[in-house]
Amino acid sequence: MSQMTETTAETTARQSGMQVSKTDVAIDVIGMHKWYGDFHVLRDINLRVMRGERIVIAGPSGSGKSTLIRCINRLEEHQEGQIIVNGTELTADLKRIDEVRREVGMVFQHFNLFPHLTILQNLTLAPIWVRGIPKADAEATAMHYLERVKIPEQANKFPGQLSGGQQQRVAIARSLCMQPRIMLFDEPTSALDPEMVKEVLEVMISLAEEGMTMICVTHEMGFARQVANRVIFMDQGQIVEQNDPENFFSNPQHERTKLFLSQILH
Amino acid sequence: MAVQDNIGERAPRASLLNDPVVRGIIYQVLVAAAVVAFISWIVLNTAQNLAAQNKSTGFDFLFRTAGFDISFTLFPWSRTSLYWQAFLAGLLNTLLVSIIGIFFATILGFTLGIARLSSNWLVARVATVYIETIRNIPLLLQLFFWYFAVLKAMPAVRESFALPLDIFINQRGLMVPRPLPDQEFVWVLVAIVTALIAAIAIGIWATRVRTATGRYPGQVVLAAKVADAIVSFLVALLAFSLLANMVRGISMPIMLGASVLVAAVSVTRFAPFGRATLAFVFGLTILYALLVAMFPAVPQLLIASGSAIGGLTMAWITFARATERPPSEGRFPFALLILIAVGIPSLVYWATGAQLAFEIPVLARFNFRGGVQLPPELVALVFGLTIYTAAFIAENVRGGIRAVSSGQNEAAQSLGLKEGDRLRLVIIPQAMRVIVPPLTSQYLNLTKNSSLGAAIGYPELVNVFTGTTLNQTGKAIEVIALTMAVYLTFSLLTSAFMNWYNGRVALVER
Repeated sequence: MSQMTETTAETTARQSGMQVSKTDVAIDVIGMHKWYGDFHVLRDINLRVMRGERIVIAGPSGSGKSTLIRCINRLEEHQEGQIIVNGTELTADLKRIDEVRREVGMVFQHFNLFPHLTILQNLTLAPIWVRGIPKADAEATAMHYLERVKIPEQANKFPGQLSGGQQQRVAIARSLCMQPRIMLFDEPTSALDPEMVKEVLEVMISLAEEGMTMICVTHEMGFARQVANRVIFMDQGQIVEQNDPENFFSNPQHERTKLFLSQILH
Repeated sequence: MAVQDNIGERAPRASLLNDPVVRGIIYQVLVAAAVVAFISWIVLNTAQNLAAQNKSTGFDFLFRTAGFDISFTLFPWSRTSLYWQAFLAGLLNTLLVSIIGIFFATILGFTLGIARLSSNWLVARVATVYIETIRNIPLLLQLFFWYFAVLKAMPAVRESFALPLDIFINQRGLMVPRPLPDQEFVWVLVAIVTALIAAIAIGIWATRVRTATGRYPGQVVLAAKVADAIVSFLVALLAFSLLANMVRGISMPIMLGASVLVAAVSVTRFAPFGRATLAFVFGLTILYALLVAMFPAVPQLLIASGSAIGGLTMAWITFARATERPPSEGRFPFALLILIAVGIPSLVYWATGAQLAFEIPVLARFNFRGGVQLPPELVALVFGLTIYTAAFIAENVRGGIRAVSSGQNEAAQSLGLKEGDRLRLVIIPQAMRVIVPPLTSQYLNLTKNSSLGAAIGYPELVNVFTGTTLNQTGKAIEVIALTMAVYLTFSLLTSAFMNWYNGRVALVER
């Protein structure tokens, strides 16, 4: 876990454009259930995410937190209840799924960059083939985001030539190139060496400062404290507790949450 | 870090023999000496033995008369032909069976490999059973099966089985029509090649422009619309002529008018309705024809209404799928390219008045006359090699697709790429890197395995050359060396291609 104390980044993050919309709902999950065969992975999930909200989902492994965010862009199907993303309800309709995926970026634990394409090609693939953006414009946008994640000099290299932290920053830039309205992070720092965690978290913090709607599954409690405006604790496929970070860490309500926190914050 | 005491001096060493560099050199020299000694012993020994038996060496026998018959050759062959022609005949027969085998094994192998990954339980299981059975039976046994148990068990010439397209099968093999192109047909062949190249070039150019500007070139979009309309018209004409077969009283003008209407609708945004109509007509007529043939006792009205329900279901599915399709501006112009590749040669064929006649095999008194007679040995060998090698290719294909991690597909999905684009841009380029190297070695295996044709009497290289020629001339060393050189050349060419391909597509890592 990275050490993140009260830094200037945090204070500015709290002060600058991190307003949460009161009326604009980004994601609405209503009474959602999911099964893998007989196994009940997600039970009666209710979650409303307002535009601009930054949510951290924590919980022991196997609690269904990754499955939950994978349901939000339909990498997994849910069997009961509703998931409405940017006003579009996810059903079996491919057209709606594509519509939702275009507006929702996702960053994976293992980066999943395309190893046969250069960094620049990784970044321009979707803008060209999904949005129909001319190649030159897509490359300009890609370079802009590569500069944001501070690795423009790697544009013509292949993913295999980059370090883990650089690859994850490229993966974030790749999602941003589609200019999504929501970003999902699925344990983005779990596969990284400790010294590379910081560079990835910095990018995520700067995204949060810009008011991006984010849901992060992560064990980085420092990050949760610093940028989240809600922390959700999941166990055995259920949302056990949710609160703002201060109260969540200082005053957990449930026994399971206390146990989890005592094990993770030592 | 340890501190060195003996700075400036050489590190103490117990023995020169413990130095890895020295050891390496000694081993290399020893091995080289052993190899040279062994080879010179063999050469000297052979030369002595040959001299003792008064045998000459050399390749001059290649220019003597062979004096034997070959049952199947690709060029005119007689007993007066020379030994080098026998070599060539065997080589060409080997290549013939390999090329046909590779063509069909690739198609069958890719189909089976993808089928084994299918989410359809039955399809996946059938493919698995096929692969596991075929891979575990020796190839020679399979060849014997196809030759003795299947082809030799076919009826005699008089009772030949007649297959569609004037093809006949009997004990003596497969009789197929022989194409007889006339002088003008050359132009059709030229047109086919040109049209294919043009279609591919247009496809590449359209993709380039699409990448650079974000949309397909205007001319192509317009041409694609026209092509769509023409294809719709032809399909509609087919559908309505089927309907005219079923329902009396639909005249030619009505059919043409309806087809033009469907074609016109296909360029508007109401295209899904046109497609659904055609799907209904196809479903209705095909189901009706099948059901009438299968259940002649059931009243026709019942069958007709049942077929109508089937047709409506098809129409509904087609409509749902058609409405999901993006507008034609955003789609790759497949119809246009197919129309170019098929339409231009057809036009040339019609315009030049070229004729492509077929000489049909006809049963005469004792045998078939005319057509091409494929001997049962060739058919059995092609069957055996194709079916056997396809099982291995299927496993390569499955492995290649499996080798692309599911994360790649998920990443592409989460970026909003559609299924076709995901396959084309992300999955296939990575899978091919894994599939192609073992695929080429399966091609090589098939070529080498074709030598088993000798066992069922197919006159390929091993049979003709190391068999008959060696027996007659006694030139063992020369004959074996030539034959080995052929297979070695195939192997080296294959591995040269593989190295080139691997070097070209290798993923760049640190």
